[in-house]
Amino acid sequence: MPTSTRHLATAPSNADVSRYALRLGDDALISAQRMGEWIAAAPQLEEDVALGNIALDLLGQARALLTYAGQLEGAGRDEDDLAYLRDERQFLNAQIFELGNGDFGFTVARLLVTSTYQHALYAGLRHSADSTLAAIAAKAVKEVDYHRDHATQWTLRLGDGTAESHRRMQQGVDAVWPYVSELFESDALTTALAASGVAVDPNSLEEQVLVYVEQVLTEATLTRPEATVRHTGGRSGIHTEQFGYVLAEMQHLARSHPGAKW
Amino acid sequence: MSQIAPPQPAAIWQAVASVLDPEVPVLTIEDLGILRDLHLDESGHVEVVITPTYSGCPAMDAITADVVEALAAVGCHDVSVRLVLAPAWTTDWISEVGRRKLQTYGIAPPHHRGDGPVPVALSVRCPQCGSADTRELSRFGSTACKSLWSCRSCLEPFDSFKAL
Repeated sequence: MPTSTRHLATAPSNADVSRYALRLGDDALISAQRMGEWIAAAPQLEEDVALGNIALDLLGQARALLTYAGQLEGAGRDEDDLAYLRDERQFLNAQIFELGNGDFGFTVARLLVTSTYQHALYAGLRHSADSTLAAIAAKAVKEVDYHRDHATQWTLRLGDGTAESHRRMQQGVDAVWPYVSELFESDALTTALAASGVAVDPNSLEEQVLVYVEQVLTEATLTRPEATVRHTGGRSGIHTEQFGYVLAEMQHLARSHPGAKW
Repeated sequence: MSQIAPPQPAAIWQAVASVLDPEVPVLTIEDLGILRDLHLDESGHVEVVITPTYSGCPAMDAITADVVEALAAVGCHDVSVRLVLAPAWTTDWISEVGRRKLQTYGIAPPHHRGDGPVPVALSVRCPQCGSADTRELSRFGSTACKSLWSCRSCLEPFDSFKAL
């Protein structure tokens, strides 16, 4: 990448880059937590293993992103402090990641959207002017490629399967759809960071993500719904009712035994 | 106690390079390509640079501890292990020796990814009987770096190292 073309008009502040890394890290962390809930509860043993492995990849990405967010913040918070000791309103993940797993069809529909989004995001972020974000993205893009492939295979199999699997897969897509547009919302932070070459403008990802998802849905004989409601707020700490329960389970141990080591 | 001669760089490299991956214990971290560099400064401080296979690889802590222990065994006690993410690890860094060891151990080695943008899905040979008549059971296997296959000829299940 020709770095000379990326000279910054205004150098981004550490606080801004930290907040951006926190958003991406929270997406990955909460997604990992939800995927991990499927272990021992998925429709088949191989799927327990698959979703567990996907959760592990996402957790690894979250650790790198949260560690970096903490370093830039400069307040001495590490990945554990950020994961375990923040309250609901301080998490910046998009709401789609926190929704309850529901039916397997819903989980597959969500993973199809989120992994396609993360794939496009990390593919772009590989060229970030921020070398740490670029390194994290270069690694993550190869991992989420497998996640996207996995979700694609399941969508095809269930959508174009039996009448029952088709019905439940379509229900999943319908339920996830009102939460999709939040992923592509740009705001002052992403606009400024994208201008300085650090971030990928979320808005720029919308078309390619939806084209891929729609292609898969069509091949799976499913219909892309019209979003009549568009839920939003996660990037500024507004979450759904289900989010408190995710945090309660994820943070319980660390909060009950502060500073515990094993 | 008599003075012990300071360890020589070759011995130091050898000690680190022979640390085994805890999840594929026939491969050394050198075979796997995750040992990236080693620096020895004049004060005798050794810095070892390693990179994870996957972002969430749970073996990195164990590998770090094993590196420290291996260096202590050759007399190096001032050691730091640094984790780097860039450039991102790829299965193309697994050495030829490593690929043969995997095969013998019963894990099908990964195909070469090369630089092409599209990973090509190739048939995986059964590491037990060599048959190409195999099928993928699950894209995700016993660890993040493997997928689960079975052989239609000898009917045995086996792990395949995913190209990354």
